[in-house]
Amino acid sequence: MIHPIPPGTRDILPDEMRELRRLHLELIAVFERYGYGEVATPAIEYDEVLARGDGRTADSAYRFFDERGDLLALRSDMTVPIARLVASRFADAEEPLRFCYLANAFRAVRPQRGQMREFAQAGVELIGIPAPDGTVEVIEVLGAALDAAGLDRAVIGLGDADLYRQLLSELGVEGEAREPILERLAMHDLVGLETELSQAGIGAEQVDTCLALSQLRGGSEVLDQARELGGEAVERSTARLGNTFEALESRGVAERVQVDLGLLRDLGYYSGAILEVYDPALGHVLGGGGRYDELLRRFGIDLPAAGFALYLERVHVAQMEEESRRRGSG
Amino acid sequence: MTVEVAGNAGAIPDGPLKLAVPRGALFEETLDALERAGIDTAAVRGASRALIFPGKAIALVTMRPSDVPTYVEAGAADVGITGKDVLLEQSDRMVYELLDLGYGRCRMVLAGRRGDERLGESQRRLGMMRIATKYPRVAERHFESTGRQVETIEVKGSVELAPLIGLADGIVDLVATGRTLEENDLEVREEIVECSARFVANRVAHKLRAAEIDELMGRLREGAET
Repeated sequence: MIHPIPPGTRDILPDEMRELRRLHLELIAVFERYGYGEVATPAIEYDEVLARGDGRTADSAYRFFDERGDLLALRSDMTVPIARLVASRFADAEEPLRFCYLANAFRAVRPQRGQMREFAQAGVELIGIPAPDGTVEVIEVLGAALDAAGLDRAVIGLGDADLYRQLLSELGVEGEAREPILERLAMHDLVGLETELSQAGIGAEQVDTCLALSQLRGGSEVLDQARELGGEAVERSTARLGNTFEALESRGVAERVQVDLGLLRDLGYYSGAILEVYDPALGHVLGGGGRYDELLRRFGIDLPAAGFALYLERVHVAQMEEESRRRGSG
Repeated sequence: MTVEVAGNAGAIPDGPLKLAVPRGALFEETLDALERAGIDTAAVRGASRALIFPGKAIALVTMRPSDVPTYVEAGAADVGITGKDVLLEQSDRMVYELLDLGYGRCRMVLAGRRGDERLGESQRRLGMMRIATKYPRVAERHFESTGRQVETIEVKGSVELAPLIGLADGIVDLVATGRTLEENDLEVREEIVECSARFVANRVAHKLRAAEIDELMGRLREGAET
């Protein structure tokens, strides 16, 4: 007799579990080597506490009442629970703090799209080291994690979350008019972006600048190309990215980093550097992260922070694809 | 024709760039646009029933227009061409829309029977219109954003039939010349959105094969402007 499970959830059977466990242990071993201690937090938290972390409260897709009538929610990532944990338990601890995790998180899915409602994430949080050093350390750990997973072709995209917010301010676009523009940018809908920018009353030349900027991705040469497009926001942003990139080079971990001025993640708490991870064997993003220097303040302590999370199952798929590719070519 | 291999960040592209080509109404003009961009389309134009046409730098993969976002989102095709109508209907597909190619222009419209007030009457007396369409999500969004309630009826074949024999009060459909509407005694009541062919990319391919995609996009843009 077949008893269904909800779409977007799944059972894992021994063959796959063995491989996932091995990947899990490899990743945690890398994180531990860099001094990141593994933590676990409850899958269920008070909705009010999670909502503090992400302004857009719609982020927790699953809410329910407990026996006392309190509103609970399933976590949608580990960054907010760890911010809560740091504020509650490590407020007086000496910085920096380094934590890693492998945990399941929960998000709403769109039906029939093969999206996961429950998925495993492996990642780290580095608290107390500002940009660029903190960002560089996180990228170094991420690179080592990708190496450990055998994804030697994987690329880390490095962007700046503040670029377009500041650029729009510079262009005099404020308030409600910003939202549709940032949304188009995050979706990388260039045709729609051009329309929205024109409707916001921006001149043709500056529209072209925005469009060109969102297309710049590659090595450090794109920073020079961006600077030629001009503007204070671009100047500040490229200076930040340039500092980070130089520091990455001096640590010898810049090789797999792609500077990407079109990168914009839609999670509400990012500021400064943002990261995305790609592997040529997979059409989907493997993970992401960045800086969230404002997040801990919402929990009552003012500390800079950065981190990343990899989707464990996607890393596993990419691993499998890369293995079969190596077998095919070798 | 030479295509630079993406040199960024040590990524090694695998094989030719796979481009999803829509069969159907956009097929001929898409092949013309690709020709103008310097891509050999002779094999595709031949009577072959093949689906994949390998090339040195670019492999063409032909498919239904509505499948293009599916293949591109998954990365099975790196880039593709399809109509804005398809992208709007499948707006939850995460693909990058990079360029308006300018051809295949048409309008998404609400149409009803000529001289017939059924649309207005249903709205007034029943509070609800019945709309037949191949684009249920576009239709629902349009009526929702204009504060009206509709019952959308999804049909696969000739939408024009629905109001003629009483399945629906009106239709939401694409109109290029308006001839089909006219022949079926239907007329445009509202314009919803303008559509045309768009160049789309997989988000990972857009990052990892940046040089190839930018170059192709540049050539398509030049072709579209001439």
